[in-house]
Amino acid sequence: MSVLRFFTRRSSAPAARERLQLLLAHERAVFGRTDLVALLQDEILAVIAKHVAIDPEKVRVKLDRQDTLATLEVDIEIRTPAAGALKLAG
Amino acid sequence: MAEVLVVTSGKGGVGKTTSTAALGAALAQTGQSVCVVDFDVGLRNLDLVMGAERRVVYDLINVVQGDANLNQALIRDKRIDTLSLLPASQTRDKDALTAEGVERVINELKGRFDWIICDSPAGIERGAYFAMRHADLAVIVTNPEVSSVRDSDRIIGLLDSKTEKAERGETMEKLLLLTRYDPVRAERGDMLKVDDVLEILSIGLLGIIPESPEVLKASNLGSPVTLANPISAPARAYADAARRLRGETIQMTVPSDRKGFFGNLFGRRAAA
Repeated sequence: MSVLRFFTRRSSAPAARERLQLLLAHERAVFGRTDLVALLQDEILAVIAKHVAIDPEKVRVKLDRQDTLATLEVDIEIRTPAAGALKLAG
Repeated sequence: MAEVLVVTSGKGGVGKTTSTAALGAALAQTGQSVCVVDFDVGLRNLDLVMGAERRVVYDLINVVQGDANLNQALIRDKRIDTLSLLPASQTRDKDALTAEGVERVINELKGRFDWIICDSPAGIERGAYFAMRHADLAVIVTNPEVSSVRDSDRIIGLLDSKTEKAERGETMEKLLLLTRYDPVRAERGDMLKVDDVLEILSIGLLGIIPESPEVLKASNLGSPVTLANPISAPARAYADAARRLRGETIQMTVPSDRKGFFGNLFGRRAAA
């Protein structure tokens, strides 16, 4: 088993990197570091929140920069009416 | 024209004082006149790391409050005569530092030295604020570890808003000094890589200091590592960083005590 675990072992640094990127995008918005991702996150959230109820905890904004292009990934969890009803009922 | 540099990090224990002593000594070894200033009021340690703990008579607070002048408080290094230390006080009263007093002392130091290196206390309180206040350039000491990177990010936010330079509408230059780096663990995927930290913090790179027992040995002896063992890996990394501060372009490597293998393997160019 230990041999198998050795070969399938996942490295931990990518997790550190991802957790930091998520956390800092949020903290920069809170503490006021002008940062593109934080700014985008705030403004995108504001627009969506005008129309649907969203949980700020369930929003991920990720900017990946490569040499020639950058991708902006926005992942927002929106409560469906059914779930909302359930929650109200509960 | 004197350059004021702040060595800061937010988090404690990442190597600010070690780096202040090592960079200060390395710059002084290139013939520049350097003053290292301890801003950690109440918990001074730069004197101890530099081996001058028994020579402290007056300190930064005495000078700020006008109880002593700079000539009385400055301690000249016994090994390099272009290196001086302005120690912090052991008093617990952090309010003893005033904005006007600190500004006056920094201005006076600027008239005497090529480099003024301010060793910031950990945290984001008054002492850290005063240490960064008059800086032209910030060295962000960071370990490749999540809490250190997070705190560095907070400090970068403060450097961009609370310093004189930021208030004048200018951009504070911020350079990463990545300390306690282990290229083997990074390559194995169990430590953040240099590029990860640079990308997350979006700042330039001043140097990569490898994890090494030589750093503790040097502080045991009360000597900056660049003086205690100049050929050791961390000493060479600090010496390179000091030369980059002077504007030289030096290939970015992670020096190794093991025959330069990683130095070649991880060669990269300085962003600074």
